[in-house]
Amino acid sequence: MADTPPFRYVGKHRRAVEHRRFVTGQGRYAADIRLPGLLHVAIVASPHASARILSIDTAAALAMPGVHAVLTGEEMQPELDPMLPGVDAPEVRRFPLARGIVRYAGEWVVAVAAETRAIAEDAAELVEVEYEPTPHVVDPEAAIHPGAPLVHPAHGSNVIFRREFVWGPVEQDFTAATHSLSYRVRWSRSATVPIETFVCTSAWNDATGILDVWASIQMPKFPDLLARCLRLPGNAVRVHFDVDVGGSYGVKRGLKHAILVGYLARRLGRPVRFLEDRLENMRGGDMQGPDRIFDVALAFDGDGTIRSMRMRALDDVGAYSGRAPLQLGKPVGAIVGPYTIGSVAYEAISVLTNKTPQEAVRGFGQSPTNYAIEIGLDKVARFLGLDRIELRRRNLIPADRFPYLIPSGTHYDSGDYAAVLDKALAAAPYAELLRQRDALRAEGKLAGIGISTCLEPSGGNSSFEPLFNPKNTTTTWMDSCLVRVDLSGAVTAVMATSSSGQAHETLVSTVVGEVLQRHPDSIRVIHADSLNALPSNSPVGSRMAIMLGGAAAGAAKRVRAKLLRIAAHNLGVAEAELGWEDGSAFVMTDPSRCLTWARLVEIAHREFHSLPPGMEPGLQEKFVWEVPTGGMLPTPDGRIQMYPCHSFEAHVVLASIDPETGKVALHRYVVGHDCGVMISPDVVHGMTYGGVAHGLGAALMEKFAFSPEGQLLSGSFMDYLLPSAQEVPAITIVDHCTPSPLTEFGQKGSGEAGYLGGPAAIASAINDALAPEGAAVDALPMTPAAIWRALRAAMVARTEPVREPA
Amino acid sequence: MSAPTSPLATVEIVVNGTRRRAVVEPRTTLVDFLRDHLGLTGTHVGCEHGICGACSVLLEGDPVRACCLFAVQVDGMSVTTVEGLAPARGQLSKLQDAFCEAHALQCGYCTPGMLIACHDLLARNPHPSEAEIREAIGGNLCRCTGYQQIVDAVKLATGQGAAHG
Amino acid sequence: MKAAPFAFIRAESLDHVLEQLARHGGEAKPIAGGQSLVPMMAMRLARPALLVDINRLPELKTLEIGPRRVVMGATSRQRDIEENAALNRVVPLLREAVRWVGHVQTRNRGTVGGSLAHADPSAELPLAALVLDATLVLRSQAEGQRRVAATDFLIAPMVTATGEAECLAAIEWPVWEGPGVACAFEEVAIRHGDFAMASAACQLQLDAAGICRRAAIGLGGVAGTPLAFPDLAAALLGRRIEPRLAHDIAEEAAARAEPGSDPHADAEYRRHLAAVLLRRALLRAAAGVPAMAAA
Repeated sequence: MADTPPFRYVGKHRRAVEHRRFVTGQGRYAADIRLPGLLHVAIVASPHASARILSIDTAAALAMPGVHAVLTGEEMQPELDPMLPGVDAPEVRRFPLARGIVRYAGEWVVAVAAETRAIAEDAAELVEVEYEPTPHVVDPEAAIHPGAPLVHPAHGSNVIFRREFVWGPVEQDFTAATHSLSYRVRWSRSATVPIETFVCTSAWNDATGILDVWASIQMPKFPDLLARCLRLPGNAVRVHFDVDVGGSYGVKRGLKHAILVGYLARRLGRPVRFLEDRLENMRGGDMQGPDRIFDVALAFDGDGTIRSMRMRALDDVGAYSGRAPLQLGKPVGAIVGPYTIGSVAYEAISVLTNKTPQEAVRGFGQSPTNYAIEIGLDKVARFLGLDRIELRRRNLIPADRFPYLIPSGTHYDSGDYAAVLDKALAAAPYAELLRQRDALRAEGKLAGIGISTCLEPSGGNSSFEPLFNPKNTTTTWMDSCLVRVDLSGAVTAVMATSSSGQAHETLVSTVVGEVLQRHPDSIRVIHADSLNALPSNSPVGSRMAIMLGGAAAGAAKRVRAKLLRIAAHNLGVAEAELGWEDGSAFVMTDPSRCLTWARLVEIAHREFHSLPPGMEPGLQEKFVWEVPTGGMLPTPDGRIQMYPCHSFEAHVVLASIDPETGKVALHRYVVGHDCGVMISPDVVHGMTYGGVAHGLGAALMEKFAFSPEGQLLSGSFMDYLLPSAQEVPAITIVDHCTPSPLTEFGQKGSGEAGYLGGPAAIASAINDALAPEGAAVDALPMTPAAIWRALRAAMVARTEPVREPA
Repeated sequence: MSAPTSPLATVEIVVNGTRRRAVVEPRTTLVDFLRDHLGLTGTHVGCEHGICGACSVLLEGDPVRACCLFAVQVDGMSVTTVEGLAPARGQLSKLQDAFCEAHALQCGYCTPGMLIACHDLLARNPHPSEAEIREAIGGNLCRCTGYQQIVDAVKLATGQGAAHG
Repeated sequence: MKAAPFAFIRAESLDHVLEQLARHGGEAKPIAGGQSLVPMMAMRLARPALLVDINRLPELKTLEIGPRRVVMGATSRQRDIEENAALNRVVPLLREAVRWVGHVQTRNRGTVGGSLAHADPSAELPLAALVLDATLVLRSQAEGQRRVAATDFLIAPMVTATGEAECLAAIEWPVWEGPGVACAFEEVAIRHGDFAMASAACQLQLDAAGICRRAAIGLGGVAGTPLAFPDLAAALLGRRIEPRLAHDIAEEAAARAEPGSDPHADAEYRRHLAAVLLRRALLRAAAGVPAMAAA
């Protein structure tokens, strides 16, 4: 970290501001908001994967005391605008409640609003819905075949998006390369599954015409979309961003929940809350994640240099679409990973099936893509008999090549991948892992070391929107901050979005404190609401350290500049002669001539006669800015600068497998991590540990499994297995810093660290352990049963006599 | 299916040292009682089927899942929630303080349950090993932290050094 | 997930419980620890009209440790079983089993009787009861007391011999007298504390020369109920528990299992696991290793 410039507050250990309220149970989550007269919603869901709704009888439910409404799609839909997909498929329309047709088991059909949640559930049981099941399809490869039942007949096919990109001379490179190999890997549906489900509380006021909304939301443009779907003007919806969100990691895009609740609140004239229970959340909350089949081919030379890659990614988005297909687009911005692969053909296919819809998951598709690439690197190494680390070294983008342009049009801003890998190996330490691996093998276990070297694009720019939908010309992806200093000299910063554990208040106060040289603990950070907020695009795509950090710095710099101008004017010197320390301005050549913070604030607020002519009174400055490198549309062949800043992680993992049971143990887990300058190192480390745990879950135990009838088999925590402290090993993080040239402090984003390289590393370790047995696992999750089956298949293959062809 | 009669019941439970009384349906779980009837929203609901541990409270000093208990069952007993862990207003317990120092939380949703589990651990075992800490919080799921800094916080609270940076 | 409405009574005595059960038949259910029952009620899979809380009845919390058997009240907490050194000396398999059950919070409330009455095919305590040939003591107003062997008590998944008007009051655990008693409980689950994909339990008594004089073996999670194999256990008598023998017995036992399939584990894998775990349990018990296997 030799390059890090000396900061006073940035980069230092600091207790997160938010923690004080959380450890005392004083957080304010969406379900904690108390409103008099609150009504509660429960849902009647479809038991069928595909069916016509023949009739709905709500009479008995409505008659139950305490029930205020029993709402159907028939009543509701005519008054709403549909939720639309992020790709150009206007016939794939979604509403909170089904109307006439249900498309997945768990789809919401009827909503009951009652005095208590318990009564709502009692009444929901009395609703009688008559269905006529219709043909369904749950396998994505079956769904793309002509003749498959259509999930949205009006759309004409089950393919909601398909495009093939060719960047560079792929054909040529494959021909010229010495070798090629191809493989298929499967990333099964999992998601980040926060412990808090989605909650939305809404209240409509007839007199003001405002719909107030408190939701556990993490979603760009949520207020605007909500208003649009409810057919309200944007300034009639007030989303309160000062709600603490109990984790999201991408998925809390509860637009349909909010529309339902907002509609009911307006209709009933009472505040309404929908608090998903866990069963509703897992099955009908529409928060499941990427569900992919990758077919990959790599062209490479005898020395391991990888020339070219062909990748086909088939993703099963379920019965409806939000932004999920775009999760095939974001990885375009790091499609070659950290490697000098010269050309790429990428086919992205997004398919509809009669399953619960997908939503954005941490990394927005990058983790499955990294997994698919890294499996290939290991296969190439095995093919050539090369060490997997050495193979990576030969392909990693060298440190002197940055900014590095990848074939699909993105420049990686900075990096030193080999150095991070070296640090991770040294921290393991690798020689010791080899020794331990051999000792485990001597004990009769299978053992292996996993390596992954992966990109972590950051700075969330939505350039995948115009890339995947030419009708969408969105190139603005901004964020903002307002900094004000009050009469007492206290500083308040206002941010424009909710937080779900990323410690944004800590981030902003650290940054503002750094610029103003005022102690960060004295700086209060509050969350605006959508009516008084400056524009924001939410914490997505690992963007807030860059965007909110940048906006906070920008606003603070404007405040500081204003104060310096006031000081110069009052001290009778040029601004260039002034120094700034602890918020006071002084003449550098004569420090006794100074104006303190308190005095400067007083002048700004009270002494108009002492202000430079033309200066606005008071002390408040905003900063709104566009994502660095953003603002461009893609080229016709689909090249685009995706995200601005590129963090990087190298995982080194030692795993053993009990060959008789397939059970995995992780003995050592090291992550080398470079996200440029860390504004809040504790926060970055915390999210990296958490990302590793998410990745472990996806790799070893998490899966939304569906039956052939489209029934969700893992719909509770009994069957959808989240790793506990006894499954997640101790994790060591070693930091490296290649500052970004694009940001205020050199920071890059890091909300997805650990998750983006984790599954690849664990798969690498498992397959390294299985390789001596001639076995491999090419699908996640790698459960004990899956590993055992792979071992058995290898054993059978070994012992079967070779038959000569007839 | 006829609905059985469900006469309301009066319960008296000592919560965080104060006797509290309310009239509840028998089917009101302890966690819903604490949150909805007493306004103690520090205890959280995560799954309502006894797995995630977000609802953990101390019942007569022992950690239990408040979603797996009906309030009527706890009549006459004493409960401690996260709101009752601090020694006094404006102060933090050693463990709460260590959680802040070691960055043992992010979104804060599982944190009350974690604190309850860890308080119980330290009451039984003042110098737990890493394995013992992980076992004690094995029934509390977290999706933010990966548990590392929680383990570090407990070690810090017990005067043991954190193993990893 | 809020339970369907029900009425609630806190039992003042066991007779009070029995009177309520007799009066309300299948509509009333005793509640002890609630760790299995309350989630089922929250999911509305169980909907008793009346819950009779038996947690505070001293007559159900007794523990009598005798030379031949231990009589344990049905609402003995799993946590207390874990920590009772005297009990562990005479019925060591119980602690071996309980350490796999759930987590600290669930063992603080969960009861031994509750786990047996719930009769999940993958649960640890029913397997221990079957292997040890425990006796379940059922009480009712009409019949007074009925003693049912574990093998007759555990009928099918979630189904026991408990009649509508009966309440499980106690469990009698046989004590194997004399020296040389060792046991082992093996399990594989994806996560600590989960129900097993397969489990195996055994208790052996070896003489000073290492020859097996008494044996009991069983498998869990691979049929509708736990399985015990008295005939295979008998085949161990008079022999030294060596790898080949352990392997063969385990294979034979696993061959008789009827495992189901779910997304985590298919039938073939479970059967294979059963054989591996029983073999390991036999060898570990024979080697006298007391501690629970590491993950």
